[in-house]
Amino acid sequence: MKKKFLSVSLCAALAASLFVGCGSGGGAATSTETVETSGELTWRIGGIGPITGGAAQYGQGVMNAIQIAVDEINEAGGINGYKISYNFQDDEADSQKSVNAYNTLKDWGMQILEGTVTSGACAAVSAETYNDRIFQLTPSASSTSVTEGHDNTFQICFSDPNQGTVSADYIADNGLGTKIGIIYDSSDPYSSGVYQNFAKEAANVGLEIVATEAFTSDNKTDFSTQLQKCKAAGADLLFLPFYYQEGSVVLKQAHDMAYEPIMFGVDGFDGLLGVKDFDVSLAEGVYLLTPFAADATDDATKNFVSKYEEQFGGTPNQFAADAYDGVYILKEALEATGLTPEASNEEICEALIEAIQNVNYDGLTGEAMTWNEKGEVSKSPKAVIIENGGYVSVE
Amino acid sequence: MKKLNGSTKKLISSIAVIVVLYIVMSTMQATGNLSSLMSGLLVPVCAYALVAIGLNLCVGYLGELSLGHAGFMCVGAFTSAFFSKTFQNEIPDVPRFILALIIGTFFAALFGFLIAIPVLRLSGDYLAIVTLAFGEIIKNVINVLYVGRDANGFHFSLKDMMSLNMDFDGVVLVNGAQGITGTPRQSTFTISVLLLILALIVTHNFVNSRTGRAVKAIRDNQIAAETVGLPITKYKLTAFTISAAIAGVGGVLYAHNINSLTATTNNFGYNMSIMILVYVVLGGIGNFSGSVVATVVLTMLPEMLRGLSTYRMLIYSIVLIGLMLFNWAPGILKFREEHGLTTKQLLDKFKKKKEVQ
Repeated sequence: MKKKFLSVSLCAALAASLFVGCGSGGGAATSTETVETSGELTWRIGGIGPITGGAAQYGQGVMNAIQIAVDEINEAGGINGYKISYNFQDDEADSQKSVNAYNTLKDWGMQILEGTVTSGACAAVSAETYNDRIFQLTPSASSTSVTEGHDNTFQICFSDPNQGTVSADYIADNGLGTKIGIIYDSSDPYSSGVYQNFAKEAANVGLEIVATEAFTSDNKTDFSTQLQKCKAAGADLLFLPFYYQEGSVVLKQAHDMAYEPIMFGVDGFDGLLGVKDFDVSLAEGVYLLTPFAADATDDATKNFVSKYEEQFGGTPNQFAADAYDGVYILKEALEATGLTPEASNEEICEALIEAIQNVNYDGLTGEAMTWNEKGEVSKSPKAVIIENGGYVSVE
Repeated sequence: MKKLNGSTKKLISSIAVIVVLYIVMSTMQATGNLSSLMSGLLVPVCAYALVAIGLNLCVGYLGELSLGHAGFMCVGAFTSAFFSKTFQNEIPDVPRFILALIIGTFFAALFGFLIAIPVLRLSGDYLAIVTLAFGEIIKNVINVLYVGRDANGFHFSLKDMMSLNMDFDGVVLVNGAQGITGTPRQSTFTISVLLLILALIVTHNFVNSRTGRAVKAIRDNQIAAETVGLPITKYKLTAFTISAAIAGVGGVLYAHNINSLTATTNNFGYNMSIMILVYVVLGGIGNFSGSVVATVVLTMLPEMLRGLSTYRMLIYSIVLIGLMLFNWAPGILKFREEHGLTTKQLLDKFKKKKEVQ
């Protein structure tokens, strides 16, 4: 009898837990919601990005930066008189997980999505937001597949074509090099996207690409083969469209083999100076395109960086800065529409698509940012050179 | 009525459970009571369950550990998505999806067959390692594969997009690491469930057929099987190919449920292969319905734990260890037997109660 009771109660517990699971999935609040909003009408802004797994630091930067911006806006009285509630979900930089995260946010009642952080996942999610008519603003997914055919998706970062093309033009215009060597991550959409557009433009502006070497994410600790080949081909400028961790390794190994071409990175190189155990003097003379420099001296940047360091520790990178700007861009666009959170997702989406194209925003990552109907941002990428351990604008 | 044997009864009851769950889920979806998260998970869960069934055939009945099933899933996914994307405007939806399904399955089976020829000369750990390598090769080749199409036909390259040399109006279909974007979304829950049931029936019939019995005999004692004159290679090849084909079907469903298909370590690399192996081991090696249950539980679990924020991956791992111990640790099994808590005992009790009523 006792056993029977035990088994029945276990079954009951199991069944109950199933229903509880369904209930919380369909219900309102989850515990990751970071602003207490019980009963109050608020703007519900969702965020998606990797906060676990290999790309976690980008997602965490974005998550924290949005939090800072949301707190600031709420303190100052919210948007159109309504506060923001904010919920960030993890996607491990995986497309399927990202869609799951998106669905979770939809159940939470999300009205506007600021995400996702990585390009591959973002393309999958933007197809969903397009169908559901939810406005999406991505801080850092730079691939064109994110915005292509989706009128509701806008980018804060430069798109891949923009970066690749601008880099090639810049190198050609300033005569930085004539024989270009390229090393890129063929398994990464961002890196191969920038590379493709760079190579296309290079052909147009008469740059000679003498070596193109690839690596993959499984194999990114040793670049001596790639560097050796570039050296043998006589490249006097290396174009390195990937992230700064690998960048630090490339710089170190190039130095070790006494190969000293001009190094040219794109926005992924931002953060190079903060790599642990990296001899910063190796980065001297490296060019990079970045919209954001954490040691800039204007008040907005100072305020953001000090708040970030105080609350979360560490220096924010450009992903975080893009995300911080994103919230304020949404604020400005929402204020222009004059909507309240009572509006349906579709109304908000349509109104924001209109409004964001009229926004002219000065933020951490650029001045006079505007958007076209394709969803791409227009801001001028800043080329900087690293000198004496800091960024120096080269214009 | 003809008397059914035990395994057929089990098959019918598991199909019945799936059908009931299907009806419940679709009703909830139709009436708007199902959360978006749950309805978004329906198709992926079925896709993973299919791959798990495929792997279970290989691990449970062929007795060979494969760590490359995500590779077969990847082949099925990319070939079918490539087909669907290429003929998006030329073939109407329904026949195109059926063709995509056939193509995905066929290519997964073909790769399974080709890889099995050299691989099945090995066994045990060696086979596991070779299949692991195969899965990685597939993933890496797809990451550097560029395919475009213009008025002159198809262009292929293993270098980059520029070397496709397409006309200005050319469309890039497979764009290296950026994969295939814009696959038409056609996997529905109904199709997934139908395919899942079909896979259960096929595997059930296969393992109980003459061929299946031979495969089991080879698994249990290869030398004895050889002595009685069974052509070992033929049976092994058949089982492995079917296993790969079922994984391919899972891949087709997966590909047609998501807009952007990329081959990363998480979704088609060794991580996924091992994840599927976990489904199989937790559900019970050789137990197809068990694989389906384990897949459902383990796919839902991390999503249900979202409330725990960053701790969820930690908790997920701990729950996984707990579940494995609960299911397989000898001491715990003994405890469960003594206290009437094994699955069989619980089911018997349930049946008895029914009879009393």
